[in-house]
Amino acid sequence: MRPTAAVLKALEEESIEILRETAASFSNPVMLYSIGKDSSVLLHLAKKAFYPADIPFTLMHIDTTWKFKEMITFRDEIVEKYGVKLIIHTNLQGAREGVTPFSTSISEYTRIMKTVALREALDKYQFDAAIGGSRRDEEKSRAKERIFSVRESGHRWEPRAQRPELWRTYNTRLAPGQTMRVFPISDWTEIDVWEYIYQNNIAINPLYFAKERPIVMRGSQIIMVDDERYPLQPNEVPVNRKIRFRTLGCYPLTAGVTSDADTLESILEEISEVKLSERATRLIDGDKEDSMEKKKTEGYF
Amino acid sequence: MSSALTRLVTCGSVDDGKSTLIGRLLVETDSVPHDTVDSARKVRRTGSTIPAGEIDFSLLTDGLEAEREQGITIDVAYRSMNLRNGNRLIIADAPGHEQYTRNMVVAASRANIALVLVDATRGIRTQTLRHTAICSLAGVDRVVIVINKLDAVDYREDVYQDLVKTLQEKVAHLTLKELIATPVSALAGDNVSFGSKNLPWYKGPTLLEAIENWEPVANNNSEQHFRVQSIARAENFRGVSGTLESGTLRVGEELKVLPSKLSVKVSEIIKYQERKNEIHAGETAILIFEREVDVSRGDVLVSSETQDDCTDRFISNLVWLDEEPLVLSRSYLLQTGSTMVPAIVTAIKGKQKIVEGGTEVAKSLHMNEIGEVEIATDRPVALRNYLLSRNTGNFILIDRKSMQSSGAGMFLHTLRRSSNITRHNYEITSAERALLKNQKAKVIWFTGLSGSGKSTIANQVEKELFAQGKHCYILDGDNVRLGINKDLGFTPEDRAENVRRVAEIARLFVDAGLIVIVALVSPFEVDRQAARALFEPDQFRQVWVNTSEEVCAERDPKGLYRKAKSGELPNLTGVGQEYEPPINPELVIDGDRDLALNVAEVMRLLS
Repeated sequence: MRPTAAVLKALEEESIEILRETAASFSNPVMLYSIGKDSSVLLHLAKKAFYPADIPFTLMHIDTTWKFKEMITFRDEIVEKYGVKLIIHTNLQGAREGVTPFSTSISEYTRIMKTVALREALDKYQFDAAIGGSRRDEEKSRAKERIFSVRESGHRWEPRAQRPELWRTYNTRLAPGQTMRVFPISDWTEIDVWEYIYQNNIAINPLYFAKERPIVMRGSQIIMVDDERYPLQPNEVPVNRKIRFRTLGCYPLTAGVTSDADTLESILEEISEVKLSERATRLIDGDKEDSMEKKKTEGYF
Repeated sequence: MSSALTRLVTCGSVDDGKSTLIGRLLVETDSVPHDTVDSARKVRRTGSTIPAGEIDFSLLTDGLEAEREQGITIDVAYRSMNLRNGNRLIIADAPGHEQYTRNMVVAASRANIALVLVDATRGIRTQTLRHTAICSLAGVDRVVIVINKLDAVDYREDVYQDLVKTLQEKVAHLTLKELIATPVSALAGDNVSFGSKNLPWYKGPTLLEAIENWEPVANNNSEQHFRVQSIARAENFRGVSGTLESGTLRVGEELKVLPSKLSVKVSEIIKYQERKNEIHAGETAILIFEREVDVSRGDVLVSSETQDDCTDRFISNLVWLDEEPLVLSRSYLLQTGSTMVPAIVTAIKGKQKIVEGGTEVAKSLHMNEIGEVEIATDRPVALRNYLLSRNTGNFILIDRKSMQSSGAGMFLHTLRRSSNITRHNYEITSAERALLKNQKAKVIWFTGLSGSGKSTIANQVEKELFAQGKHCYILDGDNVRLGINKDLGFTPEDRAENVRRVAEIARLFVDAGLIVIVALVSPFEVDRQAARALFEPDQFRQVWVNTSEEVCAERDPKGLYRKAKSGELPNLTGVGQEYEPPINPELVIDGDRDLALNVAEVMRLLS
């Protein structure tokens, strides 16, 4: 079911309040920019929350060096368009040691190139709060996440001992060693995000729209061969198929879906019918039943 | 306020069939991805009796690893569900066990509707009553008693009616806004989203209807309450951004700024790139005033006709959330909206007997306990009666050291003791009084163990200052306990009060233009921080006399360590009670060193 205008407005108001509270409470907040649709919505909300003033957050992208090429192009266009400062951080040691999605297990790759990279960057720039576009409907450990979610030293999440969060009275205070993660669109669902993008004409990455793309099959997963680094099997040649992506990440770990949806209207139609959980297309989440919870306790977003 | 987003809390334990009920509601409203539902058809828990191919609804709502291991819910999980009228339901699934009462309060704090589950085969239990009482305390608008597992009692009307009647009698003492009941079988699917042939005697709404037909009470006359979150500044632009908590706000209206009571006139209401004529409760906006007025984050704008403005002494319900128990007289940070003020709990009127009703005497509140308390704040805050206005009547108490949200408060009424007192400003200022004495008024605060040498150093420092012609006074811990503080003992509560009074006296003396030397064990960081907060940053100097415990015990000038060792003195700092090292002292000196050296260092700090 597509959300009504009243639902979207109520969600938007709550998110704007959270973003303003973050800007007012922290001395050095950063907005994690993953280039995906949720980040696009977050950025738009930030613009709305502070207009006519500038967005008071630095953006940061954790680049694993395995993102889709179109993600990087899009990222640089958006930064230009919104006039925000962007920090790009890569775990250089991991890259030097040759950690790739193929050299080790997916979970180890994610830990080194995403979680460790994020922790490194947060420490390096001494950010006291990091804003992310995670939603509670994405995954069951995220369903338990607070809006203002404290991280203990070492960026650890303690799911069993979360700070109580009552009403809209957000406690943004930090004890020494703690940092904050902030999730302004916690209560949004996937379809809300799409409808909001549609209603507000928000720019999103072309990879979300169906198009002929070179792909190979890995089990039942459709993988786009985005560059020559992808290890093909002997005599394997990528074929073109009309696909799109429901979530964006590292291209070897992000499966596409067969689709003809090449406009926002048709995507909305597709989403409200297909009813497949969004993260089913992410190989990194399927690693173990509770892998998101485990990753989050280690500092993953 | 619109009901586009309706919030619901579910109370009950796994045994009551709560997970199954929520799972069914989600599936029957098509709010779960289909692959998730498929997996709930295939996966089975050990010992599950659900036939293969059927959906195990309870699998759809399980959360954390620890929860699956223990088979219980520990923390609140949030889920979204579509209602057939286009509204969105946000479900806060709360844990049922008593040790997670605080999480239940978290979930209930925003809820409009509560589902309290009762297992028809087990009857009304203590837990049911506790959940209902918490919903009442949290101000939930509609409480739905869901009598579940009707299939297991052959769908008998008398069983259902008896349970409803028993419950109504047992919760009669609560102030519930609305209490309704409905029979269901979550497992068999009776009367959840669809009516049931098995319950021909039941004429009321299905559970889903009971959720969908809730509407907020329309209150167009409710009082305006705009919280200032921040000042919005851009080129040639200055406005205040915030949220309207209640009422309607229009361009051209006169408002009163609290706590300053200045008046402002709204000339523009801005939402992003649009100008609005009015905004309604729940909306954010940037307001521009006709002329520039001193307004800052934490201020509240109310109608210029509002009579009862602010309070600094009041009665409130307080739910304790922290593993560290409440300490009376200790300074906490009170937060309501964006407003933050230091506050102390001055008295516990009574601890609620949540299940039986009534109160009992209590000296402290421990985690999950609820009390009616008296609170005093450093500055007046705008609070309204919680049951009338939840958004403007709530606050939290934050521990100044751990920064934990330690208490959840629901404002009841003000105490007209000091709210009628306005500070009178005399024309001669503190700075002028100090100038007459040719000095700068300040506090030098010595903290450290008993026997560390605080008084000895303080004495020497005063002699040096005296010789320079400075006007000083020593507030010595032992001396004040012989007089103004002779009613106080050595419990953490009394120590907090001891520090508070000494700090307030020091403040008066600083106002008189004096240099005040405090020599006080003051073992707890929060209390010292609260003392520091009373002064300007350049007026307060903290010196930690860090003498090792062995040296202090060996010196033992008052024989206290000997008494503590023999058990006569239970609360001696460093022995029976902890001494918390200061986090940011201006100076740390070792009391075991040469006295002249230490005094010289202190004098350097003062110059």
